[in-house]
Amino acid sequence: MDITFDQVSYVYQPGSPFEHRALQDISFSIQSGSFVAIIGHTGSGKSTLLQHLNGLMQPTSGRVSVGPYDMEAGKKNKRLRELREKVGVVFQYPEHQLFEETVSKDIAFGPENFGVEEQEIQTRITEAVRATGLSEELLERSPFDLSGGQMRRVAISGVLAMNPEVLVLDEPTAGLDPSGQREIMDMFHNLHKEKQLTTVLVTHSMEDALKYADHIIILNNGEMYREGTPLEIFKQKEALEAVQLDVPEVIEFLAKVEEKMNIRLPYEGQSVAELAKDLARMVKGGRDLE
Amino acid sequence: MNNSMIIGQYVPAESVIHKMDPRSKIAIIFFFVLIVFFANSVMSYGLLTVFGVTAAASSKVPLRFIMKGLTPVWFLIIFTFLLHLIVTKEGDVLYNLLGWKIYEEGVVQGAAISLRFFLLILVTSLLTLTTTPIEITDAIEELLGPLKKIRFPVHELALMMSISLRFIPTLMQETEKISKAQASRGVDFRTGSFKDRLKAIVPLLVPLFVSAFKRAEELAMAMEARGYRGGEGRTKLRELKVGKVDFMIYALFLLVVIGLFLTRS
Repeated sequence: MDITFDQVSYVYQPGSPFEHRALQDISFSIQSGSFVAIIGHTGSGKSTLLQHLNGLMQPTSGRVSVGPYDMEAGKKNKRLRELREKVGVVFQYPEHQLFEETVSKDIAFGPENFGVEEQEIQTRITEAVRATGLSEELLERSPFDLSGGQMRRVAISGVLAMNPEVLVLDEPTAGLDPSGQREIMDMFHNLHKEKQLTTVLVTHSMEDALKYADHIIILNNGEMYREGTPLEIFKQKEALEAVQLDVPEVIEFLAKVEEKMNIRLPYEGQSVAELAKDLARMVKGGRDLE
Repeated sequence: MNNSMIIGQYVPAESVIHKMDPRSKIAIIFFFVLIVFFANSVMSYGLLTVFGVTAAASSKVPLRFIMKGLTPVWFLIIFTFLLHLIVTKEGDVLYNLLGWKIYEEGVVQGAAISLRFFLLILVTSLLTLTTTPIEITDAIEELLGPLKKIRFPVHELALMMSISLRFIPTLMQETEKISKAQASRGVDFRTGSFKDRLKAIVPLLVPLFVSAFKRAEELAMAMEARGYRGGEGRTKLRELKVGKVDFMIYALFLLVVIGLFLTRS
């Protein structure tokens, strides 16, 4: 589904001494099927923006549209339920939302609320559990007996079982170990391609933004700061540092190599190790050296 | 749902009342509540009203916050007034409303009692409007200090109070977060039958309790790790200090008290 923000502003507690402007005139559009990363320093408005995507928050002014669903300041949307079925949100530390007696009941909770048929729910549970890499033996266990990483996977399965068309991820890997982080992110990326989802990822990891996203939006103090493809964005080192963001290691490495050795080495998603090999090959073969 | 940042009713401002020592505030309010019952003439009521209204005005708390504190008691104030109007049968008949005689004394009594109520609520709500909950807890701990002699667990009580106050916003945030997560999974907290809405609370309460217990355990562990052993010999980060402002207000209050007893009839 296409997502459009049109001059969206959001103010917390307007008219009180605690008034706080969290979003200011945000406009952008996301094409159906793209993978967008939203990055920005703490307090830049990422989470507020994200909650507009499934109608948890209504813009104070401006308009948000997600596919055929519109949310306009001051107007009530009567199709919020449909919207929420189409937009799955994985919140930060999603394991905090677990509450059922068994894993399978918890995963079934979302689809049940949206009136999915019992048989269909069972297939979806199996699918979701397979996608997140949980063993089916855990299905009848209590979610509170599991390890933190397993709980996270259960919670994510619960969102996937809704079969959303848009997947919104708020730092889905925070607090996981490095291999768990990679597994989860790869899983989301595969799902994104397989099911042609529209994915919006809020992250602090520039590496993830570079690796998975095809479009990046940078927020700063509730305002749109930069927007573009990862390569465009990460070329602007000074602009990033001005808002306390880093350039991914790989990009920095490439920039240094190009500067020092005066060669062109195109970035195609390689890791630092792979780049080193490419480089060695180039230097040995003497190709592309000017 | 957006009120999560307001703890209690505290309204931050730079004013004389905000600057006062919380102990002074509690003490003065305590005595004010006592002397309100001694007023019995127009002059004495006038004096107390001037004191109360001046205090409210000098607190720089916007009027609508003060009025908000009064909303739940308007009913009580009006009810008392009407009750006196109907029940008291002394003095001259002022007005005859379809056989209901309204007596002079009834109007006077009703007005006096309602004014009393109004003043009590106004002054006590000023305390919570101008003092942070933490300050109030500290002040209560200090004021109850003498009870330690009879082994009353003053410090523990104060600690319990400040921990609960500290975690109110945290729990509110948590509630908001979990309710949003469950709303995203299709729970509807707002519509549906009473039974449906009751059922919708379970997915909210269970995670909330789980995290509250986890938090309590973590807090206990963190306190022990940092060597917490109760109030014995413990010093304070925020020392309460009685300053010049306090003495000025004591003096002012003393004048009001003297004035009150002079104008009593």
